[in-house]
Amino acid sequence: MVRVRIWGSLARLAEGQTEVEIEARNFKEVLDGLGAKYPGLKAHIARGVSLSIDGVIYREAWFTPVRPESEVVLMPYMTGG
Amino acid sequence: MTTDTKRNFKVVGTRPNRPDGVDKVTGRAMYGADATAPGMLWGKVLRSPHPHAEIVSIDTSEAMKLPGVQAVVTGADFGDPESLFVSDVQEHCMAKDRVYYDGHAVAAVAATSASTAAKALKLIKIVYKPLPHVTDVDAAFAHGAPVIMHHRAFEILPPGTSANATNFCEFGHGDLHEGFAKADLIVERSFRTAATHQGYIEPNACLASYSSDGRADLWCCTQGHYHVRDLCAQIMGMEAAQLRVTASEIGGGFGGKTSIYVEPVALMLSKKSGRPVKMVMSREEVFRATGPTISSSMDVKIGMTKDGRMTAGQAVIRASGGAWPSGTMEMGAQAAFACYDMPAVKTIGWNVLTNRPKESAYRAPGAPTAIFGVESVIDEMSQKLGLDPLEVRILNAADAGTLSSYGPTFNQIGLKATLEAAKNHPHYKAPLGPNQARGLSCGFWFNFGGNTSVSLAVNTDGTVNITEGNPDIGGSRASIGMMAAEELGIPFADVRTIIGDTASIGHNDTTDGSRVTFAVGLATIRAARDAIQKMCHRAAQIWDIDPDAVEWEDGAAKPSGPNAGQFPPMTIKEIAANAFRTGGPIAGHHEVNADGAGVSFGVHIADVEVDPETAHTLIKRYTVFQDAGKAVHPSYVEGQMQGGAVQGIGWALNEEYIYGADGRLQNAGFLDYRIPVASDLPMIDAVILEIPNPGHPYGVRGVGETGIVPPLAAVANAVTRAVGTRMTDLPISPPKIMAAKAAAGK
Repeated sequence: MVRVRIWGSLARLAEGQTEVEIEARNFKEVLDGLGAKYPGLKAHIARGVSLSIDGVIYREAWFTPVRPESEVVLMPYMTGG
Repeated sequence: MTTDTKRNFKVVGTRPNRPDGVDKVTGRAMYGADATAPGMLWGKVLRSPHPHAEIVSIDTSEAMKLPGVQAVVTGADFGDPESLFVSDVQEHCMAKDRVYYDGHAVAAVAATSASTAAKALKLIKIVYKPLPHVTDVDAAFAHGAPVIMHHRAFEILPPGTSANATNFCEFGHGDLHEGFAKADLIVERSFRTAATHQGYIEPNACLASYSSDGRADLWCCTQGHYHVRDLCAQIMGMEAAQLRVTASEIGGGFGGKTSIYVEPVALMLSKKSGRPVKMVMSREEVFRATGPTISSSMDVKIGMTKDGRMTAGQAVIRASGGAWPSGTMEMGAQAAFACYDMPAVKTIGWNVLTNRPKESAYRAPGAPTAIFGVESVIDEMSQKLGLDPLEVRILNAADAGTLSSYGPTFNQIGLKATLEAAKNHPHYKAPLGPNQARGLSCGFWFNFGGNTSVSLAVNTDGTVNITEGNPDIGGSRASIGMMAAEELGIPFADVRTIIGDTASIGHNDTTDGSRVTFAVGLATIRAARDAIQKMCHRAAQIWDIDPDAVEWEDGAAKPSGPNAGQFPPMTIKEIAANAFRTGGPIAGHHEVNADGAGVSFGVHIADVEVDPETAHTLIKRYTVFQDAGKAVHPSYVEGQMQGGAVQGIGWALNEEYIYGADGRLQNAGFLDYRIPVASDLPMIDAVILEIPNPGHPYGVRGVGETGIVPPLAAVANAVTRAVGTRMTDLPISPPKIMAAKAAAGK
């Protein structure tokens, strides 16, 4: 299991929680797991999100591994100018 | 990723002449408006004079009768893209049944001359039904405001929200109530920032040529021609392979050329007329109908102990990205307190629709305005507690292991080193004259990498051509060529880098997010390593030894290990000369979705002098300190830091979109929209801190965006200290300073 922090405004869609546990081995499984466990999050994930894994921000990268002890943070999709 | 921090760089870190310099100063460089084609028509756009109206009818019959007119298009010529995002972009380029901002395109004409096209526009009859409008973010957020679009709110919006709110976000950690209870001083302030334009000098321009067999070519000035292709192909209902987009030289972008405006219109005019169509926006059109930044208002509250430790911070940001949904407030809400180690922090962001053009990015979108509010309050608290504002920032600075305000825990970061550099710089202790004061601010930006393709060809004379796919907006051709030369061990002069079109190399994300030197550089180094491996193999074949017994050093293959034999080094020129005899052409390539860009921090110090009679603010001295990772070409890095500072100074002092009560833009030109010019400014000193980024082989970090973040607060804090009253409304124009002084009885 991986502990995933989600940002505050999404908590309403995740039964009020800002930290949830997901069975996942990589980036894609984190997102798939979040969507399966909390269907309300699916629309937001589909619009695009980033993941910070151990302090490194990934915008896509499905197969980036996550470990049970990894710090995993769901973030909005990064944009820039 | 292994960063070679002990490498003795030979090319990286030097300052060769820029490869595009001669073309740009002699006029040889081809910009967007320089493209021409046989039989070319000129396209022009008819724009709405209303900020919000229904389009009751459009009659183009008289325009079509005008001799020379070859095609007219309206919204009815375009379909309905499947993607809501693309649909929004298309509607911003050409209205369908409603106009949403002053300057919204409603029709376009292609004719044999620009003057004929302009005449034809006057013959188009449009009946509008004006609707109530709103251009101010706070007015739009209020209940009862004119509703701009229905059913665009994300599902996360709390019930009872303004009808114009489309997005909401909240970040943070810790117990705010407990944090504020520990504070000796709490300050709460509200701030406003105006929408600004990126101020690029080259107006948007393109040439479209649509063939009768369904293929098309598009030449345009853009920061991302692959993105242009993807958007235009979807809008035109084309397969991506059938639309080739070539990026011209670019006369500035800064985020403003990351979308499309006239490109799909030109393609549709070309498709209808069967002729190439060129379109060049006027300066007025650029202001009225391309994307500026968000406009915003925000409330910031910070608690601090009497020795300067922040105990809690809160920011509520209301931003508008124009008449279509925008997510920029998410970036601002994440960035607002990112510089600090906060025991308790919460940031909230709202996006609100207004009758303005669809926002486009501008360096570090969302961060400058959000950090302006936070850094202003920190400055005010430092004043009230009698503390050195730089020491307060050092005391609270985020460091490795800090839980950031937006969620992740920081790894190695350079903020404290940057603050210490500022503290120890002579500027910080330099004496000030009458009516002068000093302000400072920290800044933060995320940076990212992204999708990148690079091809590196070794020519038969041993020189190298690199094809990459990111328009060069800040010197990337030089830095990419330098990294290739470094890795190959050859002179920089032996490398030429070009920007390929969308059909010549794999996908590349847009030149944005401070990504190119980092991501394209990373891909180039790996492409060079791919070519080196092949060249070592060719040398091994010639020497008849195992390829594993060959290594690369100083531009040559050489035997390595006790059993490799004795052979003199074989240079890249020798290997290249024999390429056809040893297996064929030699090339390296690399494709990657690069991550690990590493966040970036900066600190700016601004000295200002405010004229007591006219309230004119003069920047007397300005120094930028920024963690740049390894600076590949230090002059370009300094240029990015200086350019960001200048644009931020303009945002702080002069620049703003001014809408009248009629909802129309009142200052659509550089005469009334005042950007700082060289004569307004001192030399901007740039101090580069090279703290290696562990996510890049040479330690490179993006530098293009962070520089625009601190100036808003640095300048505002300086002006505030000069005039003795807190300036909270950008731009800090002379009338606002006069009014603030009068209100404070000064």
